[in-house]
Amino acid sequence: MSIKGKAFIVGAYEHPERRLPDKSVAQIHAEVALGALADAGLSLKDVDGFFSDAAGMGLGALSMADYLGLKLSTMDSTDTGGSSYLCHVGHAATAIAEGKCHVALVTLAGKGRGAGGRGVSEAPEVGFEAPYGPVVVAWYALAARRHMHEFGTTSAQLAEIKVAAAHHAQYNPRAFLPTPVSVEEVLASPLVADPLHRLDCCVITDGGGAVVLVSPEVARDLKRRKVKILGHGEAPKHTMNGHVDLTYTGARWSGPRAFEEAGVKPSDIQYASIYDSFTITVLETIEDLGFCEKGQGGRFVLDGGLQSPHGKLPFNTDGGGLCNNHPANRGGMTKILEAVRQLRGEANPEVQVPNCELALAHGTGGSIGSRMGSATLILGSEDA
Amino acid sequence: MSEVSLPAPVPAITPETKPFWEGTTQGKLLLPRCDNCGQLIWYPRGFCPECGSLHLSWTQASGRGSIYSFTINRRGQGDYRDVDAYALAYVELEEGPRILTNIVDCDLASLAIGQPVEVVFHDTGQGAALPRFRPRR
Repeated sequence: MSIKGKAFIVGAYEHPERRLPDKSVAQIHAEVALGALADAGLSLKDVDGFFSDAAGMGLGALSMADYLGLKLSTMDSTDTGGSSYLCHVGHAATAIAEGKCHVALVTLAGKGRGAGGRGVSEAPEVGFEAPYGPVVVAWYALAARRHMHEFGTTSAQLAEIKVAAAHHAQYNPRAFLPTPVSVEEVLASPLVADPLHRLDCCVITDGGGAVVLVSPEVARDLKRRKVKILGHGEAPKHTMNGHVDLTYTGARWSGPRAFEEAGVKPSDIQYASIYDSFTITVLETIEDLGFCEKGQGGRFVLDGGLQSPHGKLPFNTDGGGLCNNHPANRGGMTKILEAVRQLRGEANPEVQVPNCELALAHGTGGSIGSRMGSATLILGSEDA
Repeated sequence: MSEVSLPAPVPAITPETKPFWEGTTQGKLLLPRCDNCGQLIWYPRGFCPECGSLHLSWTQASGRGSIYSFTINRRGQGDYRDVDAYALAYVELEEGPRILTNIVDCDLASLAIGQPVEVVFHDTGQGAALPRFRPRR
């Protein structure tokens, strides 16, 4: 498909000032956003797509979505230097043409004159978080504690998630941690940030991964078994102006978008790659994706519920980030890769889901304790 | 388990957030309130994420709240590298916002969600004091 005639620029605004020593970069983003939206006759509430390099803003467009209070169905932080904004317009037009968003905001802001800000993080939240020592695992521990408080989730239930990942990892000759573990061993491992233990945490590895996508025309002539993209959904979730809720993730919004596009429902999914930076990440995500009711994740994972091939929802059959690989502290790529292996029938034989034709891969970036980018893919076998 | 004294790292202070930090040096916990829609805003910024207004005023919070969630972190980094264990928490202020902070002057083993807390200010010595919270007695 083409973007030709599928999208229009309806608002434009150039900041009137040339020296802004007393403004933060986030403020400048806000002012140009309001200016362009006013020019269009629209408001921030209308925006569902955000495209900005958001340079220096911590988590880029995600940090700015938090600052601006945006509720989005698509976002993009492509940074190609000065050409970024032309890329953004193209990406926004594609997103609109595809129905991923309807009102896309593209912003640029910065302080080229320096004003003492050079080399300092411009993340607008940093002054109100960094001084308190919020290391990554502690953010997730906050979420785990609150989930336990509201729903009665236990450390033993969280441990079941690690047990399932380790069960799978024993069949992966390349897994970083290939040894099976028991619930008792997880609970006996040292507390890092309670209630999370060392074995509730993913591995830290070097490495990477890549995928190639092509058109149906190109695919036709290629020999390898193909994996069809059936649906995609994404959403940022952030601190919601002081009303952060630690009991759910952005999967609550990204999941339904992906399922709707694919025309399938959670119970149709035969295999799921679920982002597993920590065990609590998995627990909240399977609830939010609709594999069970909110608050029932702890029960869902019992009795080998996540173990392949016989569990209710075979997950992370490569061992996941908890046991196999979490390169560069970014586990999203490996989630896609194992879903591809399952759909090609090329997972390790002991954990291959028989006749796997429909799979889900879900990524969680940033932190479920503050602001996160959530993204869900529904993938099918060649003939799905 | 008893509390050790925590480091007080200097926060990033910008023109946008300077009034907040000046307030902390006077023992005041200030929140921006939107002049247009009346909503309180957290974290402090010169923009209302509820309605998009750029017109805000500062209002003083009571400094009282309760623990929304907490963790005892044993793996501090940076300024916290040498701290054995410390409580990181979200405190829900009486006024509504949930703010990230530390719980101090407490028995770490006795902390609980819902526990009433009150603000204390730890001076960084550089134009800002960190709002932290201790159990209300």
